[in-house]
Amino acid sequence: MTADVSGQAGVSMWRDPKIRAVFFQVLVIAIFLAFVFYVGNNTIENLEKRGIASGFGFLSQPAGFGIGIVVLMDYNAQTSTHTDVLFIGILNTLIVAITGIFLATILGFVFGVLRLSHNWVVNKIAATYIEIVRNIPLLVQLLFWYFAVLSVLPRVKESLYLSENFLINNRGINFPSVIPEAGFWMIWVGLLLGIVATVVVSKWAHKRQDETGQQFPTLLVSIALIIGLPVLGALIAGIPFEFDYPKLGRFNIQGGWVLEPEFLALLLGLSIYTGAFIAEIVRSGINSVSHGQTEAAHSLGIKPSFTMRLVILPQALRVIIPPLTSQYLNLTKNSSLATAIGYPEIVAIFAGTSLNQTGQAIEIIGITMLFYLTISLLISVFMNWYNKRIALVER
Amino acid sequence: MKKASLLAVATAATFMAGAASAATLDDVKAKGFIQCGVTTGLAGFASPNDQGVWEGFDVDFCRAMSAAVFGNPDKVKYTPTTAKERFTALQSGEIDVLARNTTWTMSRDVNLGFEFIGVNYYDGQGFMVKKSLGVSSAKELSGARVCLQSGTTTELNLADYFAANDMKYDSVLFDTADEVREAYIKDTCDVYTTDQSGLYAQRSVISDPENHVVLPEVISKEPLGPLVRHGDNAWGDIARWTLNAMINAEEMGITSGNVDSMMSSKNPAVGRLLGASGDLGAQLNLDAKWAYNIVKSVGNYGEVFEKHLGAATPLKITRGLNALWSTGGILYAAPAR
Repeated sequence: MTADVSGQAGVSMWRDPKIRAVFFQVLVIAIFLAFVFYVGNNTIENLEKRGIASGFGFLSQPAGFGIGIVVLMDYNAQTSTHTDVLFIGILNTLIVAITGIFLATILGFVFGVLRLSHNWVVNKIAATYIEIVRNIPLLVQLLFWYFAVLSVLPRVKESLYLSENFLINNRGINFPSVIPEAGFWMIWVGLLLGIVATVVVSKWAHKRQDETGQQFPTLLVSIALIIGLPVLGALIAGIPFEFDYPKLGRFNIQGGWVLEPEFLALLLGLSIYTGAFIAEIVRSGINSVSHGQTEAAHSLGIKPSFTMRLVILPQALRVIIPPLTSQYLNLTKNSSLATAIGYPEIVAIFAGTSLNQTGQAIEIIGITMLFYLTISLLISVFMNWYNKRIALVER
Repeated sequence: MKKASLLAVATAATFMAGAASAATLDDVKAKGFIQCGVTTGLAGFASPNDQGVWEGFDVDFCRAMSAAVFGNPDKVKYTPTTAKERFTALQSGEIDVLARNTTWTMSRDVNLGFEFIGVNYYDGQGFMVKKSLGVSSAKELSGARVCLQSGTTTELNLADYFAANDMKYDSVLFDTADEVREAYIKDTCDVYTTDQSGLYAQRSVISDPENHVVLPEVISKEPLGPLVRHGDNAWGDIARWTLNAMINAEEMGITSGNVDSMMSSKNPAVGRLLGASGDLGAQLNLDAKWAYNIVKSVGNYGEVFEKHLGAATPLKITRGLNALWSTGGILYAAPAR
């Protein structure tokens, strides 16, 4: 064992696996570096040759164009800069990605479970949804939602009134907005307290059930806490808000809040499309749990509804989570297709309009790629953490 | 395809040897055709006809260049580009010339590395609305939802105009003019804004053009012209003088019908332009009859205008600013001598 393996007589250096491995790794790195150097050098040279100015100075220049959907930020075409455009783009991408992931997950889990139902009709409905939606390109579906569904809704002047202040038309869904007044913070405090109390209650209920076997209606109590405490806060502060109701203006509905058709089409398209894939993932996850688990649960007298929730799904999640992560990533990246239906996310306004107005293609595309890379890595990190947490702990 | 084009400049700038962009004329002659960037389809300016052959005002500029270079107007291949893709396509060398009703602005000329070779259409941004709205002036548009194409000067002018008049608007941006029109027809927005020529073109293909009105306000100067890459002046000269030859031909009264008899005109300027005397063609490295070929196979500026945009077409655009300087417009080409 003490002999120097690599120095053994009769083995040439070329045949030594260790040396060979090092040699090839160095070679690969050298080729890679040469490639990067060549590309970078060539880029700079060609940009100079074509007289294209480069640099990031454009980020502090005023943007000068309008953006249709701006939330949480103030945007003024004359004074806001391309940096603001970048942030609005990021924000709009994140909004649609987060709501989309949320909806797609619900859709996916519901239809994944329905797909396994023994009820023939339910089973076939789920199968039809999954097969149709999975096999039509997403861009086509987005155009379908935007041009074939949402834009043929009634026109503004003939809006559907679900109630006096809740309107649907082909410019979106209008509903009253809440205008905070002094003391509005009480409601936030109430909400925060409600969430904290819910966590405490559910921990306590768990512990009590472990010790005594007695159950506690955690869900009902949590809902009561999360809704009740903010309402209580509002009452104490004397209803610290006013509603702004949507009203028909000369062209449009004025006032209130609106969910634009561009956003709705993108959200529907993305979540329904991704939901179908998640449904298949959920189905495969559930199928991967041995049927013996179900039989064992039933023979212990556990109700069928509890069997799925407490026995099958937790085991299925181990199989579900990794491919689910990649569906979340897909959804986020697919949001860039919004450029076809006019939703102002990062690719449409920053890598679209800003790029075109400034001509800084390499810088802007670089920043955009960096953003998607960052978001994708963050989602991966989170899902990996979650995956570890729910992994089967062998006892 | 969109992503590919957006990235084209990045990839092209990174991988292509710079030499390829040196002499476009040689490249064009070697491959045997001109790669011309046009719109993805704008009636009257550039759109494929029933047989799939590209036609229009901008297309005829490409054909005129082909006639000048090859003596044959049909040695052109067309690349449809969206407003967003067009500049990257030209920067990257994917196309040799961009004739796509593009507004000549300082930053495009200087910062983007292009050379505008002249103005082939003087335009201005306007608004189109449905008659049923009862709007008669753009000043009444506060609160309206406006559809427009992304990646154009239109976006900037719109923001400026509404800010200057203290009005508010919502904008919805699409990639292609067709999508904008679709959204406008479906009433997803109240207003369609783009250059007035574009509005007339779009109105001509709506099923009920009589129910739409182009508002009188023109809110910007939009000198539209073809452009080439910076740094290849010989190619830029050919493009510039192709346009000038068409305008000069109209001014001198040379048409595709009478060009043969004009060859023996007593006016020495006509002889110089058509190559009967002098060496203007050789100066451009082209055939002596370069301008003759343009007028013979494509026509002079006025002929091309009337054929695609004029009173006999669905667009019914009057010459207006685009008439010759001698007849009340501002079209004025430098003399060919």
